[in-house]
Amino acid sequence: MTSNLIVLLIAIPLFSSAVLLLTGRKANKWGHLLGTLASASSFGVGVYLFTQMLAQPTAQRALTQKIFSWINVGSFNVDASLLLDQLSICFVLLITGVGTLIHIYSISYMSHDLDRRRFFAYLNLFIAAMLLLVLGDSYLNLYVGWEGVGLASYLLIGFWNQKPTYATAAKKAFVMNRVGDLGLSLAIMIAFASMGTASFAGIKAAAPHASTGTLTAIGIMLLLAAAGKSAQFPLQAWLGDAMAGPTPVSALIHAATMVTAGVYLITRSNFIFDAAPTAQLLVVIVGAITLLFGAVVGTAKDDIKKALAASTMSQIGYMILGAGLGPVGYAFAIMHLLTHGFFKAGMFLGAGSVMHGMNDEVNMRKFGALRKFMPITFITFGLGYLAIIGVPPFAGFYSKDKIIETALNAGGAKGILLGGAALFGAALTAFYMSRVMILTFTGEKRWDDEAHPHESPILMWLPMAILAIGSVASGFLFTHGDALVNWLKPVVASGEHAEHAELLPPIVVSALALAMVLIGISIAVLMYVRRPVANVAPENVSALTRIVRQDLLQDATNEAIFMRPGQALTKTLVAIDEKVIDGAVRGVGAIAIGSGSELRKSQTGYVRSYSALILVGAAIIVLGIWVITQ
Amino acid sequence: MNSANYLYLSALLFTIGAVGVVIRRNAIVVFMCVELMLNAANLSFVTFSRINGNLDGQIVAFFTMVVAACEVVVGLAIIVTIYRSRRSASVDDANLLKR
Amino acid sequence: MINYALNLGQTAKPEAVLFYILAPLAVAAAIAMLTVKKAVHSAILLAWVMITLAIFYIAQDAAFLGIVQVVVYTGAVMMLFLFILMLVGVDSSESLTETIKGLRWIAITASLGFGGLLISLLGRATLGRTTAGLADANSNGNVQGLAQLIFSDYVWPFEVVSALLITAALGAMVLAHHERTVKRVTQREQSQARFRSGSLAAAAGLPGPGVFALHNAVDVPALLPDGSPAPTSISATLKARGDMLDSAQYQLNNNDNAAEDK
Repeated sequence: MTSNLIVLLIAIPLFSSAVLLLTGRKANKWGHLLGTLASASSFGVGVYLFTQMLAQPTAQRALTQKIFSWINVGSFNVDASLLLDQLSICFVLLITGVGTLIHIYSISYMSHDLDRRRFFAYLNLFIAAMLLLVLGDSYLNLYVGWEGVGLASYLLIGFWNQKPTYATAAKKAFVMNRVGDLGLSLAIMIAFASMGTASFAGIKAAAPHASTGTLTAIGIMLLLAAAGKSAQFPLQAWLGDAMAGPTPVSALIHAATMVTAGVYLITRSNFIFDAAPTAQLLVVIVGAITLLFGAVVGTAKDDIKKALAASTMSQIGYMILGAGLGPVGYAFAIMHLLTHGFFKAGMFLGAGSVMHGMNDEVNMRKFGALRKFMPITFITFGLGYLAIIGVPPFAGFYSKDKIIETALNAGGAKGILLGGAALFGAALTAFYMSRVMILTFTGEKRWDDEAHPHESPILMWLPMAILAIGSVASGFLFTHGDALVNWLKPVVASGEHAEHAELLPPIVVSALALAMVLIGISIAVLMYVRRPVANVAPENVSALTRIVRQDLLQDATNEAIFMRPGQALTKTLVAIDEKVIDGAVRGVGAIAIGSGSELRKSQTGYVRSYSALILVGAAIIVLGIWVITQ
Repeated sequence: MNSANYLYLSALLFTIGAVGVVIRRNAIVVFMCVELMLNAANLSFVTFSRINGNLDGQIVAFFTMVVAACEVVVGLAIIVTIYRSRRSASVDDANLLKR
Repeated sequence: MINYALNLGQTAKPEAVLFYILAPLAVAAAIAMLTVKKAVHSAILLAWVMITLAIFYIAQDAAFLGIVQVVVYTGAVMMLFLFILMLVGVDSSESLTETIKGLRWIAITASLGFGGLLISLLGRATLGRTTAGLADANSNGNVQGLAQLIFSDYVWPFEVVSALLITAALGAMVLAHHERTVKRVTQREQSQARFRSGSLAAAAGLPGPGVFALHNAVDVPALLPDGSPAPTSISATLKARGDMLDSAQYQLNNNDNAAEDK
């Protein structure tokens, strides 16, 4: 089996991106086609590698390809080399597959945009960076991709940067990501300082000999990185605003792929987290908090994209929770990640389709009854809806159910708390997603007269349909005969893992989860089907609703804790700089000028007065000598 | 008599020359005073040569004479040039340094 | 002090006599140089100081330098000074009033301090030192000793100084060279201009000094046919300097009348 094709996965979209960016306007006519072709070719290579991999025995499936020797300083050696194993191939197929579908969708969605070529260039750049992220064989290589996707995300959120709020949203995402990136770089530094290597294999080999404190420190820093990239508590605030980007971007980057990089990072670092229980506990806490946080925020959103973004945050919370549950959870986290990639991307594309038909309106209170006007969108979105709330036999049922089950089985109070949170999250998910469905597609029409809803062209609905098929079938495929769990075992299983006694039998857990889902749906039906929906958000609501509408005060908190003290500090520093440092500098200048203008009076221009000064100086020097030699 | 007396004479002549440079306005006289200072220094060198019992002091005095000759030649040329443009040999009239 | 000097007995008596006579004269000449009005007088006084120094050089076994001092300084340098004085106006006598306020007092105070401290330092440095004398160094003759040093240890400075001398000569030529901006008026043109001025008197040219006068020196004006002195016969420089003599006393008719009276 050949390993030198791996680099092609990254090289094709990267080259295409460079061509599109460097060629400029000349490429406007065919830029979108090249971009789509690049993504599709990458997908083709990925599928070929996957088939090759399937043909190999389990032990020989992981491949590495060294591209060049990157850093070679003393004992610090890092090669730019790629690692394709069972975990990365899942991501490769997800990124290039969903990516290609979204490229196709964007051809139509962005057809009226003058900068479509640039959009495709950024999309290709993102694909390349994301592939580098999942294919890097060391944390340092991963870091390059990590920053690359951050850059692509920034560029794409701010794609319509002529609007100041969009540009600000891009900056916000970038800055909050930097906080997480700091964690990743610190983790790499700690790992290198204590183990002398940054590669996954090297750290995996060294981890058993490292102290628990070191591993905990690395784990916490990695968690910080994951929280930044995956919009997890407490770095979650940027994801809602990131919806400023074009909808395909939200679907690809902020639902299916980039935001799941944190889950990948934690899963990839399983050897660290399994050896650092404290860090692992923090991971599940963060996951549980975020899944509830996102779900609660989602209940009050009227903006369809922001509701979906909150949902994404919540679902990634599930994944992080799963990944934090140790060896048994990794596979389920990845499974949920993959199914989520299908249904959430499909729903975002559906939202984009709705917006496309409704003059870019995003307020769900102004939708309603779109079922009749957009049947295909309704069906694909509906399938995604059934998948995300976890109705069998759709994909989300399998993956989410497994995470809830694993959480409940975590043992003791921890298990009950986490399982309870996950179950409650399932009810909330059912509620807010039902709300989205009901508000958008059913009931009375609430849109203005100038809107003329219509179904989207085939280039847009075809990707949605394909993704809907994925949302229906992927869960069953992954769990059939524990396919994904067995597939991933060589990567994530770290020898023995103590199975806790099952708290509840699986069938009971599924029943419980379904009951929670039914409760959520019922409440939504009671609130939004039985009662008329206002086309503006009601004002006389409880204080709790107000807080939820403000994203549980996440921005206010950030502003109060970080922004205002930061601004105050900056102002103080500026004042110090101006008054003290500049004052000193200007004072020196003023002294020089002042003394100069005084001394100038002694400059008469008469040579004789200068010679008199020389004479006086000579006398003083002789006096000095006279005193010294006394 | 002590040969140090020559040194005292040299110091006196040097000081007188210095005063002359400061207080005289005629550039030529100022130049003469500079020559007087150089000569006073030469006298010191010759005396030191005698005190130390070797000829190096006289060599330095010899070189000083050559340099002084050069200085006089160039200096006087400058005076002539200034005189041509300003019709004056007074150093106070050449006060462009002020501006 | 005198006892101390006598005890050391460094120098021979005749030299002491020489010194005590010439040194005060040199100092007096130097001071006078600063106080006389005319630059020419300053130059003469400086020449005297230089000659004194030459004598002192010879007295201190530096015969070669003494001769060079006379030749270079008193001969060449002072000659150059006088030459320049002639060029820029020998008549220029300067007022000794100080124009820059306080300068004179600063100069005198500073120089008193400077000189006093310098003499004090010299005394401190030479006190108790014996004079080695040049008898050994000059055993082959002073000139030979100097030559030996110049062409061995000091040959590099010697060459450098020669380069300096040539550079200075060139520099002086460049500085003193005067580029002519208008064409020189030839004698022929001057003559033609005189005739074309219309006045016959101008055509004849100016009278030379001393013509028909009792003396034919340059500062004695010529006499006109009526016996009055001709002012145009004397150089303007002499007139400006006030060196023109009163020509009336040289009028012929005075003497002629007296002769006739006799």
